[in-house]
Amino acid sequence: MVLLKNGTVETDLYTDVSSADKLPEKGAILVSLTQWQDQGDALTKRLDALGIVLQSDEKPEHIANDLAHFDVIALEFPTFNDGRAYSYARLLRERYNYQGELRAVGDVLLEQLHFMHRVGFNSFNIQSKNAIKDWEVAAADISIWYQPSSDNRTPVIKLRHDN
Amino acid sequence: MYRYDEFDARLVTERVEQFRRQAQRRLSGELTEDQFKPLRLMNGLYLQLHAYMMRINIPYGALSSKQMRQLAHIARTYDKGYGHFTTRQNIQYNWIQLKNVPDALADLAAVEMHGIQSSGNCIRNTTSDQYAGVARDELEDPRVYCEIIRQWSTLHPEFSFLPRKFKIAVTGSPNDRAAVKLHDIGLRMHQNEQGKTGFEVIVGGGQGRTPFVGKTIRDWLAPEHLLSYLEAILRVYNLDGRRDNKYKARIKILVHQIGTDEFRRLVDTEWQQIKDGALNLPQSEIDRINAYFTPPAYAQIDDETESLNEQRTQNPAFDAWVQANLAEHKVSGYSIVNISLKSPKLPPGDVTAVQMDALADLADEYSFSELRVNHRQNLVLADVPQKDLLSLWTKLIELDLATPNIGLISDIIACPGLDYCALANARSIPLAQEIHQRFQDIDKVHDIGELTINISGCMNACGHHHVGHIGILGVDKRGKEFYQFTLGGSSDQNASLGDRTGKGFPADEAVNAVEKILNTYIMVRNDGERFLETYRRVGMKPFKEALYGSA
Amino acid sequence: MIIANTLADGFVVFLTEAHSWTNDITKGAVAETDEQAESLLTAAKQAEQTNVVIDPYLIPINIEDGLRKPTEYREYIRATGPTVPIPS
Ligand code: SF4
Repeated sequence: MVLLKNGTVETDLYTDVSSADKLPEKGAILVSLTQWQDQGDALTKRLDALGIVLQSDEKPEHIANDLAHFDVIALEFPTFNDGRAYSYARLLRERYNYQGELRAVGDVLLEQLHFMHRVGFNSFNIQSKNAIKDWEVAAADISIWYQPSSDNRTPVIKLRHDN
Repeated sequence: MYRYDEFDARLVTERVEQFRRQAQRRLSGELTEDQFKPLRLMNGLYLQLHAYMMRINIPYGALSSKQMRQLAHIARTYDKGYGHFTTRQNIQYNWIQLKNVPDALADLAAVEMHGIQSSGNCIRNTTSDQYAGVARDELEDPRVYCEIIRQWSTLHPEFSFLPRKFKIAVTGSPNDRAAVKLHDIGLRMHQNEQGKTGFEVIVGGGQGRTPFVGKTIRDWLAPEHLLSYLEAILRVYNLDGRRDNKYKARIKILVHQIGTDEFRRLVDTEWQQIKDGALNLPQSEIDRINAYFTPPAYAQIDDETESLNEQRTQNPAFDAWVQANLAEHKVSGYSIVNISLKSPKLPPGDVTAVQMDALADLADEYSFSELRVNHRQNLVLADVPQKDLLSLWTKLIELDLATPNIGLISDIIACPGLDYCALANARSIPLAQEIHQRFQDIDKVHDIGELTINISGCMNACGHHHVGHIGILGVDKRGKEFYQFTLGGSSDQNASLGDRTGKGFPADEAVNAVEKILNTYIMVRNDGERFLETYRRVGMKPFKEALYGSA
Repeated sequence: MIIANTLADGFVVFLTEAHSWTNDITKGAVAETDEQAESLLTAAKQAEQTNVVIDPYLIPINIEDGLRKPTEYREYIRATGPTVPIPS
């Protein structure tokens, strides 16, 4: 598993403790929604970076008012065909104006990277021998998009009417 | 008709090359079948009972003669020389080989066609009225909005992994020929009190295992808000539609479980947030698309009443065809010609490559080089001058494409069933052919009059059995084919779902059952009453008695 | 017998004694015992792993007048093709 971020492979600085009983004293961590709801006060006092993992049945509205506390929000794809997180991502970006790292985790496949990027994900936990090449392939597959979304690709309608 | 510009063309070409790479990775073993399956499905490639099957979209049923020729070429080059038109304005090839699919798709891309989203849990081909643009009762051309929806829904990044497949249909006429109440979203154009045309929005209709007639969630929607409103519906569905059970995952179940009012409230709440945003449709875009659908250069001619009547009197076979297969055109001197794909010789909806080529020629000669495909698995030449009808008919006869049965008993919808489909429980095509055989007598056929028999080979209801006046569903009963009957279904503006008659019939009794139903109808009908009206008046009882005895 | 589809062309095939694949049902291997069936299935799964065929499985057949007939009508149609003529 590698972390692909902005087109390069990066070291994952976060430890996913979302299913751990006890939180480590120090270090960047990813917590679950329950942990955040139960121990939010303590978590906000930590000095290290904090992220949260939302399962596919946990809507981002639960954390809409807390976004400032998170450096990373990870959205879980239990299987690639559970597409709820595509909507969650757009809501986080477009409705709640979340600016930080938005990470796709779980069943993340090359073929979905492009869609994910379009709805606002900017990092991906992906099983790949050559993630950078995968990203290059995925990102170059399609250059035409009809819809406005959470990225800066220009939809066709604008291309058509602006010149 | 819509023509691709550089953007549309580039997208489809890129998609073909993307699939070529994916197929290559599969053939080389880099991808497993589990990984590859969703990718091929997203491009319309299934693995069926005997072979791969490739489904190609015919957006809202519109086909140029050039495209039809290419479909013939595909059938000849990569398949066994024929294709099957489906109930969703698509064409399917039954014997395509994976290794050839990228080339076939490239050939299709060259004529602005593709199979993108013809399968998978995404927004499917938007369907419409086969008489769009030429119907006398039409308010506005629905194809303009179908094309707008086609573009918006193509590779939509948010809605490509929905809980289940999603089908949208649009009609611009009060007489609904697009079955909009039986789609995930149905859009019916009509005027509001200020005389402005907009959409009634109907959601949650559908067939399959749990059929529902759709519910109206908005009486009138302004065209500029079409896409934002659709996006709101899709988002609510994507977020809240069930994913725990594939049989409960369609939007109809969500609407049914939370109720129409609550669903409407959720959609409106979402819509308020995105309305007037980037999805707003500028009039300039509507106009741009509209320009593609400018009517062809019709000649100024009068209706050919007299000479046509004379030809009809002289030629009873021609007369029968005119009576059954023609529809009124909005322009005088022209007729809409339905071409029946329900000849007794071929499975419903099947067309050979030779016929396809010939049809393309006929479209060039008689109908401004365009054809349409409808959801009853027939074809349409929409703009035929009445003075040419006889000569067109003569040529259709030679092609075995002049069966005079549109809307009559042998105009049967039948899904591929167990002869081709991997999901089937029973066969559909042989039963359709048997019914056709049994009811050959033209006088009897006309005496029975308007009747739709729809046959599906399993609960998925691709053969629309729930909405057939007589619906037939194939089931597997202890390893044998059985057929269950429903009566009183309809897919028009007064859509209704058929009622089960009772227990099913084994294959060798199914046609007799149809005959019993029809004999009952003939006995109990009032003068001039159609089957559906009779059924709605008298109910199930007499039919049940005829089928099962009065015990 | 083992029935499957080939990966590259998709057509229906049967596993032979030599563990190759044939479109011809008369050339396919017939297992008489459970052990034979198991061993055919193992060979077939191997071919699935190496991406030669898709979804191989065992079907019961009867031999009538020397002809092999899958007992279930679904498999019968799958093995012998559509029961309606191919349009031409
Ligand atoms: S209704 Fe069933 S048998 Fe018929 S085509 Fe659909 S899935 Fe196949």
